[in-house]
Amino acid sequence: MNTAVAAVRTTVRDPAFRWGLKDMLATSLGIGAWGLVTGVAMVKTGLSAPMAIFMSLVVYAGSAQLAVLPLMAVGAPLWVVWLTASCVNLRFIIFSSMWRNYFHPLPRRQRLAVGYFSGDVIFVAFMKRFPQQEPRPEQVPYFWGAASLNWLCWQVPTITGILLANTVPLSWGLGFAGVLALLGVLLSMLFDRASWIAAAVAATAAIAAFALPLKLNILVAIAAAVTAGLLIEAADRHLRRKPQVLLVPADGALPPAERERVEQGDVPLREERHP
Amino acid sequence: MSWSFDWSWVEPTIAFLGLGVITLISRSFFMIPERELAMPDWLKRGLKYAPLAALTAVIAPELFMTQGEFIHTLRDARLPGALCAAAYYFCRRDILGTIVIGMAVYLPLHIGWGW
Repeated sequence: MNTAVAAVRTTVRDPAFRWGLKDMLATSLGIGAWGLVTGVAMVKTGLSAPMAIFMSLVVYAGSAQLAVLPLMAVGAPLWVVWLTASCVNLRFIIFSSMWRNYFHPLPRRQRLAVGYFSGDVIFVAFMKRFPQQEPRPEQVPYFWGAASLNWLCWQVPTITGILLANTVPLSWGLGFAGVLALLGVLLSMLFDRASWIAAAVAATAAIAAFALPLKLNILVAIAAAVTAGLLIEAADRHLRRKPQVLLVPADGALPPAERERVEQGDVPLREERHP
Repeated sequence: MSWSFDWSWVEPTIAFLGLGVITLISRSFFMIPERELAMPDWLKRGLKYAPLAALTAVIAPELFMTQGEFIHTLRDARLPGALCAAAYYFCRRDILGTIVIGMAVYLPLHIGWGW
């Protein structure tokens, strides 16, 4: 027990813990507004306040909570509820493959803890702070700094929304603050042509595929954007290829690596006889 | 308020505990095995566009759709709100200010004018 307390203390005192707090502070206003609206919406689907608080604390996934509550309200069977939540959460499975690059040296129990508390916005902040996907010692305190603030800024407003459900009208559109927070995060990720085009493709795909059930339009958008990003990278590589002439003595042998490049059309080959 | 009386509290409790397990498993999915699952190189490179795409896919319908349909009118408070917020972001690179400016444009138009 004492070792656990000591571990928490060293994590909290690490300067990286404060970087994590600082990086999440700006978006926390939007996340809080979104949490408030989610709390109100949960109660509006007919859930009692204690059950809504229990759900928020256990599930900790806003989009999945809002997706399954209408199903539960009409008495859908459990497997439908769970399948729906799994589909809404599919994007996290993709993110977890990248989390692994940072946290694979940790013991499994800690990896699971990291996974449970990793939301979308933490993921983006983390990727920006540590663009090199390799483990570093300051990543663990950084993660817990970001994750603890994110948890507080989500749970406190959500529970407030649950308790004040009848005084906060959804028609005010406070949830738009959450959209704006994500918009700010998204704009901070657009730095080159490939990322702009990938975002435009994702937006188009998400709107075009909106009628799909279970929020599968998000998955369609990810697939479309990954494809677009890879195509743009390939096209850029093709265009950036500088014309380069390989000079080889006419009676000399072409090294195998160079022969391969010539055969692929990367480099034109010219044989000249020099005195 | 109907089903919280029809259902006993047991069934939603089981449902919520199961949903918590789903959160845990989906968010740590590839971190669960001890050994890394082999993934082709092109997929690893391509996946760096996934977070950006997921965010865009959440935001775009929130900005451009109403009741599951593409917006019919430009008189929608979300558009000037998002435009001003984006403009502010590119000037200052500050997310907190982006939220405040966007809401300052959005709320009067939405509540006051009913856009």
